[in-house]
Amino acid sequence: MRQVLEGSHAISEAVRLAKVQVVAGYPITPQTHIIEAISQHCADGSLKARFIPVESEHSSMAAVIGAAATGVRTFTATSSHGLALMHEVLHWASAARLPIVMGEVNRALGPGWNIWMDQSDSLAQRDTGWIQLYCEDAQDALDTTLIAFRLAETVNLPAMVVIDAFYVSHTFEPVDVPDQETVDRFLPPLEPRFRIDVDHPQALYPMVGPAFFMEMRRSIQDGMEAAGPAFDAIAGEFESVFGRRHSAVETVGCEDADLVLVTTGSVTSTARLVVAQQREQGKRVGLCKIKQFRPFPAEMIRAVLGSAPRVAVIDRNVSFGSGGIFAREIQGALCPLEQRPAVYSYIAGLGGRDITPETIAEVLRLAEETPAPEAESRWVGLNPDVKP
Amino acid sequence: MSESINADRGLTYPGNLGCPGCGASIAINHALKGLGEKTVLVIPACCFAIMAGPYPMTALKVPILHTAFATAAVSAAGVRAGLDMQGDTETTVVAWAGDGGTFDIGIQSLSGTAERNDDIIFVCYDNEAYMNTGVQRSSATPYGTRTTTTPGAGWKRTRKKNIMEIMAAHRIPYAATANIAFPDDFIRKFAKAREMRGGTRFIHVFSSCPTGWGVASSLAIKIARLATRSNIFPLYEIENGTDWTLNLEGDLPVGDYLGAQGRFRHLTPEDLEQIQQEVDADLALIQERVAATRVRKAHLKPET
Ligand SMILES: Cc1ncc(C[n+]2csc(CCOP(=O)(O)OP(=O)(O)O)c2C)c(N)n1
Ligand code: SF4
Ligand SMILES: [Mg+2]
Repeated sequence: MRQVLEGSHAISEAVRLAKVQVVAGYPITPQTHIIEAISQHCADGSLKARFIPVESEHSSMAAVIGAAATGVRTFTATSSHGLALMHEVLHWASAARLPIVMGEVNRALGPGWNIWMDQSDSLAQRDTGWIQLYCEDAQDALDTTLIAFRLAETVNLPAMVVIDAFYVSHTFEPVDVPDQETVDRFLPPLEPRFRIDVDHPQALYPMVGPAFFMEMRRSIQDGMEAAGPAFDAIAGEFESVFGRRHSAVETVGCEDADLVLVTTGSVTSTARLVVAQQREQGKRVGLCKIKQFRPFPAEMIRAVLGSAPRVAVIDRNVSFGSGGIFAREIQGALCPLEQRPAVYSYIAGLGGRDITPETIAEVLRLAEETPAPEAESRWVGLNPDVKP
Repeated sequence: MSESINADRGLTYPGNLGCPGCGASIAINHALKGLGEKTVLVIPACCFAIMAGPYPMTALKVPILHTAFATAAVSAAGVRAGLDMQGDTETTVVAWAGDGGTFDIGIQSLSGTAERNDDIIFVCYDNEAYMNTGVQRSSATPYGTRTTTTPGAGWKRTRKKNIMEIMAAHRIPYAATANIAFPDDFIRKFAKAREMRGGTRFIHVFSSCPTGWGVASSLAIKIARLATRSNIFPLYEIENGTDWTLNLEGDLPVGDYLGAQGRFRHLTPEDLEQIQQEVDADLALIQERVAATRVRKAHLKPET
């Protein structure tokens, strides 16, 4: 049924439809609407789950780790400082091989306090062993959440469904909310591969010495590597059930493009407009949206971007001392190619600064006009009059 | 010895990685006798996380979930929720943490869990310092103690945090102290906590650490007994945060207990006198609460 929902509620609706059994949550703007809605579902019985209102995000993750270890489907959601506070237990969740799904609303980290859009929070967790899927809009958020449960449960790794602060989390859009029967067909009940069981006692996650540790870490890497093809297969099934196509990397007009713009999240929607306009003006510009950041779809990136002369990456994040994180990953992925595109890295829209069609047009102009990329990422939209 | 002790249910395997005479090793044996086999243990970082066995071994015959240091209580709450959602309300979920994982880094999630009154038993086996990392002070380290971070003349000048009062302030259904040297009382309290169900139960276990305290491993039980007999670690129960019962009253001076341990060897007679006064005052406070409980209960009795 088509409903007008904000992005946060697209996620909470997916959680309801996924028949999650244990949810833990702690409030932080702009994630609160997700856990408020789930609390309501639990209270009115539309979701038969236990909601644990914990005292911190560190505890949110620990609670769902404990619950997931008993073999139930679990969910939590957070943002920014909350995600940073979880860092230790994010590692725990992935090495514990628990298929926890988490809604993560991209928001800047302070100081100064800033509740607005910025990808630095989730990208700072890139090495924690979590699958990361970025969403463009509310429909994408609902669909991706359902896919995330299937994916996490297939490879036994936790998955983060990432949406933009406000641009997605608080924006109302028409969303196709599937009915329960259809969702059940796509997402059967969880069949855990292991669980705490008093009749078959075992110790989960004890001390592990050098004789076993590396193999355990290798198995997480194997799980991540399996998650790539698994995502494609699950997205294929999703399309056959719901009729909507999702892919790790989505392209618009990249085949003949002189310049491909790479985006993630809601900026993609703005970029679609700009790229279409420039196409009309006869410019051969393409668009590549990266949805799946972990595992990084390096092979797809090589296939999609490898033959383009120029690639311009917009990063709504920065790794201080390095640059735009998506750009750096893309450069790494393209490295094995003998003939590589010139990759231009742009940092824009930090801490909720709008990335307008003009910002995107400027990025495209800069990439066209600059003969060879600079080593450093270029910051666009800086106001020279602001001197911190 | 009572029957309950002789009737060994054998929920631990012989041998673990603890030091000889480790109080925690004795504590788990007693505890599992009271808890039974339908128990899940949740263990954060602490000596016991190592004692329980390295992969792929385990020292216990009940399931264990090892968790991050700060998360014992809430991880147990998560396990509880997961079991409940599958209709298993019978299994007892027990967090088993050291004093660091209880008084310090674990107190936030413990307080949250107790406030929600989640249906778990939280056990603190208290050896009064961070033993696993090499005997550093914790907020459970008593006044007068030398540890590796309160060394030499810098011995600890602040008192031990009163975790029982903190837990009682949460008005949880049950909080009790237990001592490895009093196994009948110990096992009774664990069995009682198990049977109570439905809320957070807290058991504060006195657990000697020969390695960290500078006592011979053969004296682990004796030292523990002296702790209660000198009223340094009284045995008592608090129900619903307000109803206090004192199980045993000590009869020895603190010097008998303190003087037998390397960690207190530097204390002067004046220091001992000061500690004695504090211990007497603490016991008097407990006795006042026990008396107040009796008066209140007498008032509550229906008239005959
Ligand atoms: C977040 C975090 N900080 C520090 C440590 C290191 N650490 C492991 S065990 C431990 C001491 C545990 O002390 P306690 O809880 O009293 O248990 P004990 O070892 O004394 O039995 C410490 C500090 C850790 N594992 N995790
Ligand atoms: S250091 Fe102390 S608590 Fe740790 S195993 Fe040895 S005796 Fe037990
Ligand atoms: Mg300790």
